[in-house]
Amino acid sequence: MRVPTLREVGTEARLLLIGIPVLIWTLIPIYHMFLFAISPKQDAFAGKLWPDHPTLNNFRIVFNQQHYFLRDFWAQFLNSVVIAVAVGALTLVIATSAAFAISRLRVRGGRTVMNMALFTYFIPAAFLAVPMYRTMGNYGLLNNHWSLILAMVTIASPYAIWVLKQASDKLPLELDEAAIMDGATPLQLFRMVYVPLMLPSLVAIGTYALLLAWNEYLYAFLLLSKDTEITLPVALGNFLAADDSPWELLMTTGFIYALPPAAVYYAFRRYMVGGLTAGAVKS
Amino acid sequence: MVYSMATITYPAPADTLPRRPWSARLTTPQVWGIVMLAPYLLVFAAFVVYPIGYGLWLARHPASYVALYNDPVFARAVVNTLIFLIVGINLKMLVALFLSGFFVQSRTWIRWLSVLFILPWAVPSIPTILSVRFMFNPEWGVINNLIFKFTGEDGPNWLNDPAMGLTLAILVHIWKSLPFWTLILMTGRLAISTDMFEAADVDGASWWQKFRFITWPSMQTLYLTCTLLSMIWTLGDFNSVYLLTGGGPADLTHVLSTLGIRYLRLDQLDMSMASIVCAMPLVLPLVYFMMKRLSR
Repeated sequence: MRVPTLREVGTEARLLLIGIPVLIWTLIPIYHMFLFAISPKQDAFAGKLWPDHPTLNNFRIVFNQQHYFLRDFWAQFLNSVVIAVAVGALTLVIATSAAFAISRLRVRGGRTVMNMALFTYFIPAAFLAVPMYRTMGNYGLLNNHWSLILAMVTIASPYAIWVLKQASDKLPLELDEAAIMDGATPLQLFRMVYVPLMLPSLVAIGTYALLLAWNEYLYAFLLLSKDTEITLPVALGNFLAADDSPWELLMTTGFIYALPPAAVYYAFRRYMVGGLTAGAVKS
Repeated sequence: MVYSMATITYPAPADTLPRRPWSARLTTPQVWGIVMLAPYLLVFAAFVVYPIGYGLWLARHPASYVALYNDPVFARAVVNTLIFLIVGINLKMLVALFLSGFFVQSRTWIRWLSVLFILPWAVPSIPTILSVRFMFNPEWGVINNLIFKFTGEDGPNWLNDPAMGLTLAILVHIWKSLPFWTLILMTGRLAISTDMFEAADVDGASWWQKFRFITWPSMQTLYLTCTLLSMIWTLGDFNSVYLLTGGGPADLTHVLSTLGIRYLRLDQLDMSMASIVCAMPLVLPLVYFMMKRLSR
């Protein structure tokens, strides 16, 4: 083995000097949450790096809904799942057909629609929340899952359409021409040529919309209020309402809630980084 | 046999053709296009156009703006938002620029670190913000426990201090979004040809010279775009402030994105809408700039 030179050791040390603080900074809030989740109540506040008696008891309490704050845990978990899946599916249908119409059928006014959608994408959703809340009230949809689903589809669609339009612009026109020569109608073109070719982008966009809905707090908290109707993040926020809220159970629930999106993110990391983010800041 | 392109592609949009009656211009693909665009147009009309119009109508009274102008909470929120944007974003982007240079180093342990580094971006913000909130709880939080253990004195009342509360909200925001921007800037750095760095090494260029004359010129557009986009997104960052401090103490840590909700909870709907309208001079120029960049 080659002995590293002094200069190489110096470079490595400097890199470590950056890397270690970055690691600590990144992990502290997450580790703090994890520590609470595996600590018995009396250990949790001791400020130790590892509990004396690590336990999975908190998870048992959450899964069995054995606490006042958790009596609707599974209902809320299911609400989150149903809403996220519905938003993912609806966004896909709406955005794919819109992108197809704009990019492949060259529908008149398509560019205007694209610009309107982009405008919506850039207006921060937090500023649209109060008007949206009143609108849902006017439509009589408050406290109904549809209100949150439709609001999240509204927020997710613009970016979805934009990304899908960029991707479909890259498909060769000759494919459409060949299909039309063979007598394909626009609908057949969509079903048999367009969707199969766009599959990777569709997976990425579906995941994007799904995660957006799963992670949403503000809209969920405004639009839904009944304990059995709310989603998990709203339930987590409600823990704060009481002074005596059980932190270890809140952190356990938060940990369970954070796991699925983290898993999805890491499974689709290649798409998420390459396919989704590169487009966002095309320079 | 050669097919002419015109016979197999759809007819060009009408503006290149002589004007014909509507019925003739509505070819099959055009009809299908309108049908397929319809779902989005419906969503757009019902959940974007209508709410915005309705919101503007609710905010039509000049009296709401006078009341807003006289509300010290509003002035404070504007100042807080500007601090959040100017200090927070620039700090975040500078750190991201620096760290992107760190993460492009080819080492196995740095690649593993980059996988962990993404975690804040990959997990939902609510549980981690609540985790930070507990860490800084003055009585039970781990930070003050440690301070007491080592110094024997009580730690500060972190989130009950407006300056500290806002600082922590900014730090939480940075913690959450730093990985994303580092990743984007990394793709910018990786796009630069390594030949240039090799040539610079041969010429004995210093670290700073390499950055100043190779890296920065090819990244400055990307950096500016990222900063603007990050400003827009940060303007809408509701969670970092609302879930950490709730706007408190004494409504001193509100930002423009939480102000609308505050007035809504106080049942002052017109003020809520007016505060959103007042945020638009900050939002719209950024949106306009980004749209010009993206629709090229």
